[in-house]
Amino acid sequence: MSLLDIQNLSMSIVGVPILQHVSLSVAPGEIVAVTGESGSGKSMTALAVMQLLPDIAQASGTVSLGGTNILDQSEAQMCALRGASIGMVFQEPMTALNPVQTIGDQVMETILIHKAMPKAKARQHAQDVLERVGLPADRFPLSRFPHELSGGQRQRVVIAMAIALRPKLLIADEPTTALDVTTQAQILALLKDLVQDYDMGLLMITHDLAVVADLADKIVVMRRGKVIEAGPTQDLLTNMQQPYTRMLFAASNHQVTLPPPPKPKPLLQVKDAVRDYALPRTSLFAAPGHYRAVKQVSFTLNRGERLGLVGESGCGKSTLTRAILGLEPLQGGQILLDGQPVTPTQGADLQRKMQVVFQDPFGSFNPRHRVDRLITEPFYLLTDPPKGRARQNLIAETLIAVGLSPNDATKYIHQFSGGQRQRIAIARALITRPELILFDEAVSALDVSVRAQILDLLAELCESYALTYLFISHDLNVVRTITDRVLVMKAGEIVEQGATETVFSTPQHPYTQSLLAAAPKLPELSKGVITA
Amino acid sequence: MIRNLIIGATLSSLVLLAALVSFVWTPFDHTAMDIPAKLQTPNTDHWLGTDHFGRDIFSMVMVGARTSIAVALVAVGIGMSIGIPLGLTAAARSGSWLDELIMRGNDLVFAFPSLVIAILITAIFGAGAVNAIIAIGIFNIPVFARITRGASLSLWQREFILAARVSGKGAARISAEHILPNIANLLIVQGTIQFSLGILAEAGLSYVGLGAQPPTPSWGRMLADAQTMVSFAPHLALIPGSAIIVTVLGLNLMGDGLRDWLDPKLRVTRT
Repeated sequence: MSLLDIQNLSMSIVGVPILQHVSLSVAPGEIVAVTGESGSGKSMTALAVMQLLPDIAQASGTVSLGGTNILDQSEAQMCALRGASIGMVFQEPMTALNPVQTIGDQVMETILIHKAMPKAKARQHAQDVLERVGLPADRFPLSRFPHELSGGQRQRVVIAMAIALRPKLLIADEPTTALDVTTQAQILALLKDLVQDYDMGLLMITHDLAVVADLADKIVVMRRGKVIEAGPTQDLLTNMQQPYTRMLFAASNHQVTLPPPPKPKPLLQVKDAVRDYALPRTSLFAAPGHYRAVKQVSFTLNRGERLGLVGESGCGKSTLTRAILGLEPLQGGQILLDGQPVTPTQGADLQRKMQVVFQDPFGSFNPRHRVDRLITEPFYLLTDPPKGRARQNLIAETLIAVGLSPNDATKYIHQFSGGQRQRIAIARALITRPELILFDEAVSALDVSVRAQILDLLAELCESYALTYLFISHDLNVVRTITDRVLVMKAGEIVEQGATETVFSTPQHPYTQSLLAAAPKLPELSKGVITA
Repeated sequence: MIRNLIIGATLSSLVLLAALVSFVWTPFDHTAMDIPAKLQTPNTDHWLGTDHFGRDIFSMVMVGARTSIAVALVAVGIGMSIGIPLGLTAAARSGSWLDELIMRGNDLVFAFPSLVIAILITAIFGAGAVNAIIAIGIFNIPVFARITRGASLSLWQREFILAARVSGKGAARISAEHILPNIANLLIVQGTIQFSLGILAEAGLSYVGLGAQPPTPSWGRMLADAQTMVSFAPHLALIPGSAIIVTVLGLNLMGDGLRDWLDPKLRVTRT
């Protein structure tokens, strides 16, 4: 007897079909992964189960939870179900918690709303639940605020809120997408544990098949609002029927071939770089303290080389990026680009040699400018920027190079999807032919299939433009295929460096080994199917 | 609500129209006295009646709109043209001594009750429309400086600003090209609200005799003149009072409506 049974669920918003005849079921103690690209309807399915759909959505079919059809329940009845019978874990632990409430209050809130127990008992229960998710009271008292916790710890609090009343069904919407690999592995292990202990059903939504390959009992693949393939994990992975599933699977572990790098000749030299941040004064007269984000980092990036920089969030990689770009000053050491020192006051001739592509495809562009103006922003650095026809031609050529059409030049940024925006960001970095491009988590916010396309694009551009880049990422699978050499950074220091394949196949430093062990892997068994 | 915007814009443009028409035509000369025809209630000759000197009230209200709008407009202009650059500078150099200097200076201006200081300024430099403009304008500066700084600070964290910095653009250029256009709607909305507050302030100053001087008509002074006669000629006070209400109401509605209409969250459809 299944716990959650969705039959023929269809939904439309103002006439646009969002879900079409979706059927799936979750049994107690079972983990079901729903996977697909953005816009495939996987999150909408989850929201339909919670009845958190927008008011204008029209749903038909049945969603039965333990025998009652949720679609027939009134809002008041749903309020009683949410939290008590269905718990939900969201993607972004930064925004899923209220920043001005303590973690204890937030876990207790679920309990108190459902009047499950008196306040004193609820407090004790909240304590127990937090302990269960790995936040023991002696180190994480109930009086902590969310900003005092790391991303992974916050996600544990969110999970504690969701399981406080031991719901029969837990829905997790991309629960680890915003987290580092090691944290991701811990959170996945925790979820798996909880499912076994509490005999819950877990409906897990993710765009990355690798994340769920060794976790889920069943996998449901969705595309454009329809379930196109579903089955037990092993069967589905060994015997994929749909080309789309195969494509998703391949994209998750996408490989590109880079042209061989030219003979080593230093382009960027970082020597003993030190970057301190001033901490707020603890008292009025005490000198403010310092936090050393980058500790004596040294490395060399050769012309034509593709260098990777991996590490978890907070390890100092973004700080180092900003220093290399000359946006922030160093407190010690030196960064040399082509033999000239990089500083925040450097001249345009040096700044011109570097460009950057950021992570967020939504925040990287001024929403009020058209694409032609956006991608020609670096022209500001040129003493003699192309004008008129030459400018038009260069814009068209660059847009074509990144796989867009010259007609896109007159559009606004909101008319593009995330992957297209990242192409525009690459066009902006490419248009002045800089000698060095920094990719700061440039593919981390993208779906696996879009990510694969962008990686292909980078490989193509390496052929045609002989790019030199520093690729900063926490995603080891991506770094492995797109770089020649890799640096591993931990707590402001580079702990290991070397040729990418060597580091990945025979890691020397324990930290590198733990990173590699935590990275989600697809089972080898179906390799043959993908390449065939 | 789009309805607020339409009502507000209609009321405001009626007042503006009256002010503009008064340059070329008023029913009577607003300074011409006609003692025998004093204190008439609204009639077919004098549409809104006459005051204690027999001057035509409709003409005076029309010319008074001119005074109010001119004073408020220039005052908001002063506030914007000084306050916005100050706010942009403070945001661009946030955390520095310059930021502190600008914002604490604003706090200093904010700390004084505005109308009292306006009275002080006009008392020292003499009553008159120009001094009223300066007094009201000074108090608009910190309003715009604060709102500009607050909105700019979050924009400075966005990645497109970083991208512009990587392209070698300086703080001044980024402020003008990237920050200002993205906070413009906020400033326009605040501008309409400050405009209505300016009209109120001008009326207040004129009421105590420190605004525009006779014979220039002003709604505030018309009210002051009317107060001794309010028991037997209430229309003398009601008419300029209503003019102020209609204008302020219209501008506030328009500000509210503009805020909703310009809100990119309601307008931009992300794909």
